[in-house]
Amino acid sequence: MYRYDEFDHAFVSARVEQFRDQVQRRLSGELAEDAFKPLRLMNGVYLQLHAYMLRVAVPYGTLSSRQLRMLAHIARKYDRGYGHFTTRQNIQYNWPRLSDTPDILQELASVEMHALQTSGNCIRNVTADHFAGAAADEVADPRPYAEILRQWSSVHPEFSYLPRKFKIAVTGAERDRAAIQVHDIGLHLKKDENGKLGFAVYVGGGQGRTPLIAKKIRDFLPEEDLLSYTTAIVRVYNLYGRRDNKYKARIKILVHETGAEEMARQVEAEFANLKDTELKLPDTDIQAIAAYFAPPALTNRPEGWGNLAGWKKADPAFAAWVHQNVQPHKHPDYGMVTISLKPIGGIPGDASHEQMDAVADIAEEYAFDEIRVSHEQNLILPHVALADLEPVYRALVAAGLATANAGLITDIIACPGLDYCALANARSIPVAQEISSRFGDPERQAEIGELKIKISGCINACGHHHVGHIGLLGVEKKGEELYQITLGGSGDENTSIGEIIGRGFAPEKVTDAVETIVDTYLGLRRDKSETFLEAYRRVGPQPFKDALYGGNAQAAA
Amino acid sequence: MVDKVLTANRLADGISVWLDASGNWVESLQDAFVARHAEAVAALEATGKRAFDENKVVDVNVVDVEEVDGTLRPLRMRERIRAEGPTIPYAPGYHGLAGPKNFAA
Repeated sequence: MYRYDEFDHAFVSARVEQFRDQVQRRLSGELAEDAFKPLRLMNGVYLQLHAYMLRVAVPYGTLSSRQLRMLAHIARKYDRGYGHFTTRQNIQYNWPRLSDTPDILQELASVEMHALQTSGNCIRNVTADHFAGAAADEVADPRPYAEILRQWSSVHPEFSYLPRKFKIAVTGAERDRAAIQVHDIGLHLKKDENGKLGFAVYVGGGQGRTPLIAKKIRDFLPEEDLLSYTTAIVRVYNLYGRRDNKYKARIKILVHETGAEEMARQVEAEFANLKDTELKLPDTDIQAIAAYFAPPALTNRPEGWGNLAGWKKADPAFAAWVHQNVQPHKHPDYGMVTISLKPIGGIPGDASHEQMDAVADIAEEYAFDEIRVSHEQNLILPHVALADLEPVYRALVAAGLATANAGLITDIIACPGLDYCALANARSIPVAQEISSRFGDPERQAEIGELKIKISGCINACGHHHVGHIGLLGVEKKGEELYQITLGGSGDENTSIGEIIGRGFAPEKVTDAVETIVDTYLGLRRDKSETFLEAYRRVGPQPFKDALYGGNAQAAA
Repeated sequence: MVDKVLTANRLADGISVWLDASGNWVESLQDAFVARHAEAVAALEATGKRAFDENKVVDVNVVDVEEVDGTLRPLRMRERIRAEGPTIPYAPGYHGLAGPKNFAA
């Protein structure tokens, strides 16, 4: 993985000391809140309902064991013993003291981490496929390009005060696991007919109060033009983005109002001026960064095949976990392991300090010291030999981390919601917990098959409800929580925005409503191989409306 | 008139606090001073502004409450959760806003 050079170390350390000085001046009263607030936000420090919150960047979701141990240490020493992994592959701490934040950032810097650009109207943490570098279906590892974008965008003087925040996601596979079409810029790394690497470029996707699917404005951008073309896009946005209205300030609105064709024309015109400047990436630079992401030396471990068959036969719970949480690796003797942070009835994305330490130990011993955070709020061990799956599983069981539900109905994304968040209108976590408990039986989950439920506690959609197969949006109506249900959303290569199915449900009714939807699906699917999403796309919303509202959905909505 | 209390978050650690009758910022809503008429609300607002200007607290707000069987209860759910903490058990040893102060350093 990427290692800081001298410049990176000096830069991050200087920022820590700068922030320490700012915090000291705030605490002494020398700096007023109005002056300080933008400074703390630039360093990832928010104020939530009960306390401050610190959001730490996990660039493209990649962590080493040493870094994960540091995250555990921070949870233990400065917080309440846990952290929350987010849909942007980051981690949030919910209870840090402002006075401790400079020390926390200093500790993070010691393991090459920071909280820069995890807030504010700048280019945020660049996200990537959590199986990058391991997936059998990718043309190349997208993370070197994500790292190049990170370096380019860090305190970029031109792009530090954009009209609004700006999110970039990169995938290197046809199967999109990074939800690139709901990002401000989505990059799909691919090869042209000559085998040359480049990107399909999508612009103007996003969720929030106006969900829009990104438009493809370039089918193939050569890799050396990555920064010049990205600069052109962000420059056009910076010039013409709607600064007059916060709710219309994202690039998706600009693309929508300008039209994809005209937007592409403006970007191409800007790009023509930038194409042959210092922004052009020399191959040596790309190779130098790519070298940091060289795959580990995976020796052949063919004994794993026989071992695995025996272990599965001896232990059905292990077999179920392998079936659900282990994906094929590009090396046939290895697998990619999803560590579910969705225990039945638990809090999606939360991990205790003990669990973080346990995962760090397992990764060090069995997984080449590498961990990923997925945007679905799970952890990933991207390289595990099949021959090591059994001891990995035993260690995960001991840490309470062996829930076999990756991609199933209980693998729910949920934002922190009104239990923590100052922006939320309704709670997300208790709803996720109740749904998880209702459907927690392993046989029932397996019968239902792939089904992604995503829950947001407000219209900002941090819980990605717009792209949930079943999406739940919490709103406040007459002082009470109410949950609006959307169906048919998806955040993959066939991205779709879910449709609102009818009037909302009170907290005590929403799990029943989800069950009605699931039972309706089970009753109408062609066979077990037709997933919920496929069935919904075939039959549309009507059968679900009928089941939920008895034909009165419109009248009552 | 709806009863009101003054709430904020403490500057140094961000913890939710309420103003009591002695002018102290306390961690329990139940210890808060309740304003029951317009002059008292105006006094709360003035105190809040002063405390903000003196850099003791941030995010200062007057919120509506009712008294139910001797217990203060904010009218908005948001404020109820602010007063009582997360509605879920979220970490061993912690519930709501309370918990051991020096958790296994």
